[in-house]
Amino acid sequence: MTIADRWLLPDGMEEVLPPQARQIEELRRELLDLFHTWGYDLVFPPPAEYLESLLTGSGNDLDLQTFKVTDQMTGRMMGIAADITPQVARMDAHSMKRQGPARFCYCANVLRTKAGSMLGSRSPMQVGAELFGDDGLESDTEILGLMISALATAGAGKVYLDMGHVGIYRALIREADLTADQEKTLFDAILHKAYGEIDQIVARDIANESVRGMISRLARLNGGADILAQAQVELADAPASVKEALNSLEQIANVIKNQYPNVEINFDLAELRGYNYHTGMVFAAYIPGYSHAVAQGGRYDETGKVFGRARPATGFSADLKILAKLLQKNDPVSGVFAPAGYSDDQELLSTIRALRSEGTRVVNGLPDQDVSALEMGCDSELVLKEDGQWVVEPINRIF
Amino acid sequence: MSQSQEPQQLIIALSKGRILDETLPLFEQAGIYPLEDVRKSRKLIFDTNLDHVKLIIIRATDVPTYVELGAADMGVSGKDVLMEHGAKGIYEPLDLNIARCRLMTAGMKGQERPDGRIRVATKFINVAKRYYAEQGVQVDLIKLYGGMELAPIMDLADEIVDIVDTGNTLKANGLEAREDIAHISTRLVVSQGAMKMKHQLIQPIIEQLRSAVS
Repeated sequence: MTIADRWLLPDGMEEVLPPQARQIEELRRELLDLFHTWGYDLVFPPPAEYLESLLTGSGNDLDLQTFKVTDQMTGRMMGIAADITPQVARMDAHSMKRQGPARFCYCANVLRTKAGSMLGSRSPMQVGAELFGDDGLESDTEILGLMISALATAGAGKVYLDMGHVGIYRALIREADLTADQEKTLFDAILHKAYGEIDQIVARDIANESVRGMISRLARLNGGADILAQAQVELADAPASVKEALNSLEQIANVIKNQYPNVEINFDLAELRGYNYHTGMVFAAYIPGYSHAVAQGGRYDETGKVFGRARPATGFSADLKILAKLLQKNDPVSGVFAPAGYSDDQELLSTIRALRSEGTRVVNGLPDQDVSALEMGCDSELVLKEDGQWVVEPINRIF
Repeated sequence: MSQSQEPQQLIIALSKGRILDETLPLFEQAGIYPLEDVRKSRKLIFDTNLDHVKLIIIRATDVPTYVELGAADMGVSGKDVLMEHGAKGIYEPLDLNIARCRLMTAGMKGQERPDGRIRVATKFINVAKRYYAEQGVQVDLIKLYGGMELAPIMDLADEIVDIVDTGNTLKANGLEAREDIAHISTRLVVSQGAMKMKHQLIQPIIEQLRSAVS
């Protein structure tokens, strides 16, 4: 074994060093406090569960993403959580059984077998909030508002909100009468907005001319505020559920626009992220300088069913590490250096205690240390005055 | 993490080489042209007639990487490169209809494909893996970087997967094209973040290129 083998970390597994670790921790506290003030109760999901409860209704993607181990006690397969949302859904449906709306928030490490993107992490710190038990637009707008507030807390300036609704594609594809393979091909083309391919596929595979036209137009329905009006015209022949979906998107968007006028709202009606899992509105937040979503979520009304209690649900999540990195606040570390060699000076000890109880960082010097106070992140030091008092004085940076 | 770009600026990544000669006239028709001759310059980033648009000219295989990571907002890339790359989180809204060719399997003329596992030489490892799996054929893949035709001749491989334009190189070396994997042409690609945040800048360019293509 070479030295490199001993220190090298697996791809996408990261350690967090000072000062970033502290920044992440501060942001974690701020976000959980924010969720608390909105009435979201904190839960700690277990780090691993049986696969059957982790992979409900989420399709193949999460299965691939999940690290698996055998439970030596039962011989059953366990998965290490790759997404917290299904765990919270299980807790709501089975562990808590609250009647009426229930609000939960969490912040936990997850592990993923594959990173979501080329430079993505395999060990994100997922932070999020979920609202169960209400299928109305009010809970969707609440979750969106909470996400926007969370991004503002993290220091985001301009936020671009991208909204879609998986019910539209689902309603149209039901009319299209495709085999599973044909549907997969079309799905991939729509995911890539490969308009040329989409037109070829629908012309070849979909007999119903009206459905064919609508799917090919749906794929192109992305852009600014006028998209919804355009969709009402272009998808006029669609089943009634499509019209309902468009109306609900419009209502949600109007509420958000009034409450958060600085957020730029865009629509992508062919956004199929989490298609297997989501049942209604989906959304993602983008900020300039990062080409992937920084937070995302949507409605998932079916998940509780397998745990014995179907509950409507909506929620959002983000990677805390990415938020902290993108929206880094450059607060310099400060602290007070306490010189070594005075361990029996009661005056010094009580001064240090008083400083620490106010939340000031005090670093004890150790005998014979040859590292300066500045290098230990201290910008001031305790100095002994002639009257026996210890006072805090700034450290002169020029030696 | 991508570079932090100005929200109102567009970076377009063009593929070097043969595609470039066909790409530049299309962009010129769409109203975007570099301010100097890109083929004679050693520069890497080029200003265009539009203040907010810059061009970077890079290896074709690197275009999806730049676009996926958001270092470029848009790009021009062959479908073969996109298929091999996986192109996750990259949109391909427009077929530029240039540099058309086919991605095919080929082998020695008249020679039967052997039973059982076969050896396949290619630079399109991911595409070949997927294709043969769909066909129900077990393969051992050999990654080569060029001159695929030589592999079957030297009995390094039973088949190759490669781009076929006219088929003359195959014929000249005693090989035959076998199965079509995909029809290839060049695509305009757009990064996810740019599509979501800069669509007001991007949509007009897509439309102008669309009318330049047709």
